Amino acid sequence: MIAMKATILPDAAIEGREDFIRTKGKQKSRLKCDADSIAGCVSQRACVYCGARVVLNPVTDAIHLVHGPIGCASYTWDIRGSLSSGSELYRFSFSTDLKEEDVIFGGEKKLARAIDELVLKYNPKLVFVYATCIVGVIGDDLEAVCKAAVRKHGIEVIPVQSSGFAGNKAAGYRAACDALLRLIGPVNRKETKKSKCINFLGDFNLAGEVWIISNYLRQMGIDVNVAFTGDSSCETLKTAARASLNIVQCAGSMIYLAEKMEEIYNIPYINVSFLGLEDAAESLRKIAGFFGDLKIIRKTELLIEKELIAFGGEVQSYREKLQGKKAAIYVGGGFKAISLVKQFREIGIDVVMIGTQTGRQEEYETINELVDEGTVILDDANPAELEKFMVEKGAHLLVGGVKERPLAYKLGIAFIDHNHDRKHPLSGFVGAVNFAREVYSTVCSPVWKYTTETWDLGR
Amino acid sequence: MDKETENCRNVNENPCNMCMPMGAILPFKGLERSMVIIHGSQGCSTYMRRHIAEHFNEPIDVASSSLNEKGIIYGGEANLKKGLDNLIKLYNPGLIGVLTTCLSETIGEDVERVTLEYLNERGQLGDLALVTVSTPGYGGTHTDGYSRAVQRIIARLAKNTKKHSRINVIVPNLSPADIREIKRIMHLFKIEFTLCPDFSDTLDRPFERPYKKIPEGGTRLTDIAKMSGASATIQMGITVDDSISPGRYLASEFGVPLYNLPVPMGLENTDLFINVLKKLTGDTVPESLEQERGRLLDCMIDSHKYNFQGRSVIFGEPENVYAIVKTCLENGIYPVVVATGSKSGKMTSLLKNELNDYRGEIQFLDEADFSQIREESIRMDANIAIGHSDGRFLTEREGIPLVRHGFPIHDRVGGQRLLSVGYVGTTMFLDRITNTLLENKYKSYRKSMYQKFYKSAENSGSVAAGLR
Ligand code: SF4
Repeated sequence: MIAMKATILPDAAIEGREDFIRTKGKQKSRLKCDADSIAGCVSQRACVYCGARVVLNPVTDAIHLVHGPIGCASYTWDIRGSLSSGSELYRFSFSTDLKEEDVIFGGEKKLARAIDELVLKYNPKLVFVYATCIVGVIGDDLEAVCKAAVRKHGIEVIPVQSSGFAGNKAAGYRAACDALLRLIGPVNRKETKKSKCINFLGDFNLAGEVWIISNYLRQMGIDVNVAFTGDSSCETLKTAARASLNIVQCAGSMIYLAEKMEEIYNIPYINVSFLGLEDAAESLRKIAGFFGDLKIIRKTELLIEKELIAFGGEVQSYREKLQGKKAAIYVGGGFKAISLVKQFREIGIDVVMIGTQTGRQEEYETINELVDEGTVILDDANPAELEKFMVEKGAHLLVGGVKERPLAYKLGIAFIDHNHDRKHPLSGFVGAVNFAREVYSTVCSPVWKYTTETWDLGR
Repeated sequence: MDKETENCRNVNENPCNMCMPMGAILPFKGLERSMVIIHGSQGCSTYMRRHIAEHFNEPIDVASSSLNEKGIIYGGEANLKKGLDNLIKLYNPGLIGVLTTCLSETIGEDVERVTLEYLNERGQLGDLALVTVSTPGYGGTHTDGYSRAVQRIIARLAKNTKKHSRINVIVPNLSPADIREIKRIMHLFKIEFTLCPDFSDTLDRPFERPYKKIPEGGTRLTDIAKMSGASATIQMGITVDDSISPGRYLASEFGVPLYNLPVPMGLENTDLFINVLKKLTGDTVPESLEQERGRLLDCMIDSHKYNFQGRSVIFGEPENVYAIVKTCLENGIYPVVVATGSKSGKMTSLLKNELNDYRGEIQFLDEADFSQIREESIRMDANIAIGHSDGRFLTEREGIPLVRHGFPIHDRVGGQRLLSVGYVGTTMFLDRITNTLLENKYKSYRKSMYQKFYKSAENSGSVAAGLR
């Protein structure tokens, strides 16, 4: 017989890690977050460059040129599910492929030649030049090279200061927002203020999610000016200051940009989330409420009613099958984690463990308010901790990214892909059904019957 | 497109290779109770873990010294030592590979010194072995990183021992299924051997409970210690540079005779391998292997006419590319573009020697990226691609079907289970190729014949258009 003992849990407590882990209701002190990863802990976090690339990559007609050694470009080539209605240039990976001699003598000349070559070959309007860790050390002046290229080619060439060691993914989001700010041009605000035209920040058009939300808004009588950055282009991004409102979904990556745009262009912003039936409906109402136009409000109610009729029933039917299951969440940012707690509730599932790579203090506070007593909350977790708490808490499923998936499966736990390479939308009313269906497909799969059964080996 | 711009190499457009530390992780995953720490910024290790995990569908735990600004300015020594402390606490490994990155190399970290110091300072760490490998990402491809790591592992662990009758087998980046097949063949010959690195179990582990943080399996460290006394080394690495060749090292340092062979893929290459085993054991070929060879021949005959229609573009790591090219040549699936992201003068010259009396044109691309591979594939009218998943644009943009082979395969499942070596593996590989050619043919031949030959009296244009 195969022994079915629970996993033997070694004492995984690493000095310094205890401050990053809290059990709701047990400790009074605040959870520590937004700090450097502890060496040797096998953190699941990525680097600054990764953060910047995630945010900017969906800009469809840009050349995304990675100034650095080949690996960094290789691992980020076309691994995201952002869709485009126009150019496909963003799906290519360009690298200056720095070699030993470049590291010794500097890579500025090579970078300048690389830009020349690419401009000649692709005739782009916009080039993003990403700094990788090594560029920060050898001291190439990206700003100067880009400036010279602007003069030479008369196009936008924007450096992204994403040197990999200076912070984590969150610092990369900021670097990306800074790059985007440089692109936005001034407009006559007086004319645009009264328009029903908004920017959608923090959606990357994974599996067409920007399109789904834009369709809703259009039915309400509101136009999306440009999304940051799903299915955006150089031209559309430039006009961002035209909008009368910014709606911010992925706050972790975009709140900084929203604040800056408010400061510079006087564009107010509100936080939204289109994950789950409840959040989607509430966010649409919030947007309609902002404009305060009765016609819009009426149309919004009609839309919500129609969508709930179309999709609410199916979500409900999954709820009946999933009621009482327990979920563990480990995702990149706080916004997603918060939305997921609510979304799980919609389908009758309790969250027993929740963590993020780069969540912010205020997001962890919201999480703490939302979850039940006894739920484990943790920041910058490692596989050992994920394993320990999932087993201890008896989670039936984990939501996470590519690296977490095999761990869940090896533990015999169901898994939901909630990352940037997924190929199906989870946003909006239609996304809520997809989510419920995906949860059902993994939690209720027949395969688990065989992993929990013991096999008589006749020994 | 401007001809001039294509050939200067200031831009790599859609890379066909990865960086050195990435390749160096794999051999460490094929050792018993082994872990890896990457001395660099957090991102490097996370990217590599993600890449490897997607291919094998296995948890890939790799630590990082998480260098930050402070480490860059004052040196990363403290980070590395703390990282080792924590890694030992979490995983209790028997061996740790310490790999450098672009960052740690550029700021001049001396990991060899730091690790020696670490062992001295910490005193009682039992038999824990630390193996450092210098792998600056800018210094070479993942293929170089792999060989370097294997060589360093052996150099660090192999001791002067008594001569014995075991045989060393050193394998390149093959699939776990391939490694298992090589082991099966060795067992058929009843040979005692040490295969290194052996990630056949660790990177393709069965579902079992309880879960183990470090999977069971991998080459035993005590066996590696004795590789120096083996009666011979069989290394599947004819394209590996002598300076980083583990087999060469064992030969020059300990006098272990080296049989440097290609990957046993294809009839001729597998024969070479079997003949060496025959010679080393003085035995005859086991009957079951003879039958497997016969079945492969039968398969080659069954498919030869279909195969003859193939014009292949082959890309990936040099050792694999060499083996595939040879297999394709045996079967009339003529290669028209042969490319690798590595610098591999050796592979190209070996192949060119083999091809002395071959008439067809072959485009060899060294240090290639996918923009070149794509352009040449179109120019040479290729109709089948063989290589890893990063060649998917050949299908998406040019309609050339891709038979996935090698590493990484991240857009399909089962890369770890692909069997392609030995007579059995070659048979399965060939079926995959032939069936892809057939599928492509069935998909289009009705339409293409119609368009080519059907001419109705009037209106032929619009009928054809209507069918499209
Ligand atoms: S190329 Fe260098 S910096 Fe980039 S991932 Fe590889 S080791 Fe890290």
